[in-house]
Amino acid sequence: MVHHLMTRRFVLGAGAMGGLALLTRPSLARSMVDLGLPGGPSEREIITDFPEKAAMVLQRTRGPLLETPFDVYDKGVFTPNDQFFVRWHWAFIPNAVDADSFTLKVHGQVNQPLSLSLKDLVKDFPRVELAAVNQCSGNSRGFFQPRVPGGEWGNGAMGNALWAGVRLKDVLDRAGVKAGAVQARFSGLDQAFADAPRFIKSLDIDHARDGEVMIAYAMNGDQLPLLNGFPLRLIVPGWYSTYWIKMLNDIEVLDQPDDNFWMAKAYKIPDTPGADMKPGETGVPMVPINKMVPRSFITNLRSGDKVSANEPLLTRGIAFGGDCGVSKVDVSIDGGKTWLPAKLGEDKGKYGFRQWQAEPTLPAAGDYRLMVRCTNENGAVQPDTPNWNPGGYMRNVIESVDVVAG
Amino acid sequence: MSHAIMSRAILPALLLLGLLPLPAPGHAAEPMTFKSESIQLPFGSSDFPPGPGVDAVKKNCLLCHSPRMILYQPTLTKEGWTKEVDKMINVFKAPVVKEDIPAILDYLTHFQAAKE
Repeated sequence: MVHHLMTRRFVLGAGAMGGLALLTRPSLARSMVDLGLPGGPSEREIITDFPEKAAMVLQRTRGPLLETPFDVYDKGVFTPNDQFFVRWHWAFIPNAVDADSFTLKVHGQVNQPLSLSLKDLVKDFPRVELAAVNQCSGNSRGFFQPRVPGGEWGNGAMGNALWAGVRLKDVLDRAGVKAGAVQARFSGLDQAFADAPRFIKSLDIDHARDGEVMIAYAMNGDQLPLLNGFPLRLIVPGWYSTYWIKMLNDIEVLDQPDDNFWMAKAYKIPDTPGADMKPGETGVPMVPINKMVPRSFITNLRSGDKVSANEPLLTRGIAFGGDCGVSKVDVSIDGGKTWLPAKLGEDKGKYGFRQWQAEPTLPAAGDYRLMVRCTNENGAVQPDTPNWNPGGYMRNVIESVDVVAG
Repeated sequence: MSHAIMSRAILPALLLLGLLPLPAPGHAAEPMTFKSESIQLPFGSSDFPPGPGVDAVKKNCLLCHSPRMILYQPTLTKEGWTKEVDKMINVFKAPVVKEDIPAILDYLTHFQAAKE
């Protein structure tokens, strides 16, 4: 009797709570974050009114550009689906996908064109899993100096997920790639405006068949959020996100290199070390953006934080190697003059985030610049000066946090 | 006793409301099944700070993207903005009315100058 009443009252209460929460969520959510972009505008709204998403930094409502709030990266190496960054080129994306009627087509230079349902993919191909960082080519573009136009991201256009799905190789083998095939071109359900170029991307056929490139149907154990590409997303480990086609429903095997706008004109970087050039420099050879470079971040301290001198200062964060694993992470408390090694956390896959931790002691009261530097397994090290290119791509300069010890 | 019941009962509600952390990513039970997805995306406002040419911007620029695409750009010169507008028209096929282009450029350079 008492139980019964309690339960009923509770259920009513919970219902009311839920309703209230839904009503008040958007207004509660109008908090701001300063991304620290030089010259501004630097303030962004933190919003919670996008479907499938918890708190996100709003860069653009339509087509959606949502950045992961930076404190999320301090919570673990896997970025939760509801705070994973979102980036669409065109606003014309379907807002519903039917799981039963969806098909992935494979055609072009193949012996046997395929039309695969989600059930076919699950049933007919071995399941593989891989942790991999998905990072926008223009992550951190807002920090470029001189500034460049584009999506003015802070550092939150990246995330690491445990992807599950099938090998692209297995699907291509089922179709039987013909001799003379040179590339595979990927497109999704999103559309362009009128006769503007649809967002489609290609990989060389050997890359497509390397056994690592995946067609993912799960992200961190769940189906993908629609905003992150439900039901299928191409996973290109170690390569920038521009190739990770969302809502993938078409693979065309080509016998000529793809000359579509998004390969031939957009997402080009200077063919120089670090994709670096001088503002205004002309005649620099440009190539399609490709492999990622190492990065690392301090996630538990912010510039302006007051910390204690003369005792170990817990300093931790994430690192990733880019196109290979993390070899080492070093930390500096003297602006980069000397470096001490950080301890690395568990390796959950060479393409994923790796946690690191160090406990430097700041020897006296005063201002300190803490820095972190990743070296990857190929020996690539983060540079101490930022790169520049007109697209705002591939930033990976050593990051720092300024703290005051007392 | 009744407290215990309360807290057990309140747990799912808190989970639903997103107030408790969800378990770390696990492994989905095999075989994977899928639920159809359907969402409503916010359209975004059409709010721009007032300024000369604001109507031309609202009329021509909001078909493909919401205002923040413009408002969050770094300070660009008139030449820089002209390049952006040309790209929208020539590459991304934005149906911009030719006669509106000077007013659009006036606005883009004005709102940034006003901000500084």
